Amino acid sequence: MNELLKLLENDARLSPETLALMLDKETGDIKKMIEEYEREGVIVGYHTMIDWDKTDREYVTAMIEIKITPQRDRGYDYIAQKIYNYPEVETLYLMSGGFDLAVFIKGRTMREVAFFVAQKLATLEDVVSTATHFVLRKYKDNNVVYGAVPVDERGNEF
Amino acid sequence: MDYERILSRTAQEIKPSGIRKFFDLLGDMKDVIALTVGQPDFVTPWHIRVSAIESLEKGKTYYTSNSGTLELRTEIAAYTARRFGLTYDPKDEIIVTVGGSEAIDIAMRSIVNPSDEVIVPQPSFVCYGPIASLAGGTPVFLETREKDCFKLTPEALRAAITPKTKLLVLPFPNNPTGAIMTAEDLEGIAEILRGTDIMVLSDEIYCELTYGREHVSIASLDGMRERTVIVNGFSKTYAMTGWRMGYTLAPREISKQMLKIHQYAIMCAPTASQFAALEALRNGDEDVAMMRAEYNRRRRYLVGGLRGMGIDCFQPEGAFYVYPNISRFGLSSEEFCQKLLYEGGVAIVPGTAFGDCGEGFARISYAYSVEHIAKALDRIEKFIGTL
Repeated sequence: MNELLKLLENDARLSPETLALMLDKETGDIKKMIEEYEREGVIVGYHTMIDWDKTDREYVTAMIEIKITPQRDRGYDYIAQKIYNYPEVETLYLMSGGFDLAVFIKGRTMREVAFFVAQKLATLEDVVSTATHFVLRKYKDNNVVYGAVPVDERGNEF
Repeated sequence: MDYERILSRTAQEIKPSGIRKFFDLLGDMKDVIALTVGQPDFVTPWHIRVSAIESLEKGKTYYTSNSGTLELRTEIAAYTARRFGLTYDPKDEIIVTVGGSEAIDIAMRSIVNPSDEVIVPQPSFVCYGPIASLAGGTPVFLETREKDCFKLTPEALRAAITPKTKLLVLPFPNNPTGAIMTAEDLEGIAEILRGTDIMVLSDEIYCELTYGREHVSIASLDGMRERTVIVNGFSKTYAMTGWRMGYTLAPREISKQMLKIHQYAIMCAPTASQFAALEALRNGDEDVAMMRAEYNRRRRYLVGGLRGMGIDCFQPEGAFYVYPNISRFGLSSEEFCQKLLYEGGVAIVPGTAFGDCGEGFARISYAYSVEHIAKALDRIEKFIGTL
């Protein structure tokens, strides 16, 4: 039932009671469905979206393009695993196009990120080259526009 | 100056919209959760906004033809045929208006003669009575009842018809009750009107917001097209209230009269808005489906929540309002809503804003996020616990 998943993707805090009313189902059924999704790995986790720019946390986000030569027999999965096992790596995609892997990393400073790339990523044996791009500003993430506080400006007409 | 003596008596006799009084109370009150508005909380889909912006960039800032661009009228005709199986000639049977309100105005002024009676089912949108009066007619209010699911019944209509009856307003899907009229319901009405000189103004502005059952237009019933003016528009369907885009669909003889009034009073609907409307009709089906699904979830949530706390609530099948029966709390609608506002911190609209027969009811809008509705429901539950 994709409708349930879409609702949860948008707001993980919707309670089973609320979801049941919205979807015209029994609360117990909703709970069962969610548990099943979790067990099957359809729902893989729940996160809170935080605009860190509004806190005093010092951080930078970088996207690193990596070109690799996959080794015979082990393909992309092997090198991907070696990369995503670093806790610094938040997100990792296998890409089509001009490079192979897109890595998203958060660090305290640019220097910290640059060292991580130079020491941990560039030295991996399958890696041919890396290019590091720093994020200057996050406008929108997971359907949420950052920075704007919504105000209801609607007039009270019928 | 003695304005009262000088100014138009007709204008002076018209009462200001009943809702204003209530909102004056709201004033600058802080920490109030409002469930009052009659317009979508969605922003007009971006591709629709872009098409208006592009029209401005290209310098399309001229008047269009009085009845709107032929391109838009053609698209409206195609949509109406596709959705409701009705054929209207874009050349002279469709007029693009400044919102549904203007459409109602030109329709009434084209049909009503002095002392003609205009039957207005209530509870309903506030403008029909005053516009009928401005057109020189006499509004005759006809109550729809909760026990009839707020539908207009043939019996009630038959009893209201007099030799002076000229026009029947048919406001379904209904604001504020959320009631709809099925094909069968409409047939009962049509049967009475066929063979008479009574015309129909069918306000179908909420036609895309029905949940479970597709909207049927009375004009699609045998012998009804010739006596019906359909009013429709983009405000509710595409979340385009501020663009002021509506239209009329009517036989050419009626359209000819309406166009003259539109011509002199309005000239033409705003050009940029017409380009936006064109894009909405061409590529907006998915947006409508998305918004409808979201309203439907909120509807179920709100109705379920109200019933869960013991408030009787008619099951709405259209628009984006619920219309609970609050009579068991022993307060008038206005008292209930005022108390709820002052003591409970939630604003809803007393049913009496939509006609005297709204006594005992209130309108709650679900053009708000579920989160917002949830907060309001919590407060309402606490509030009714104190009554």
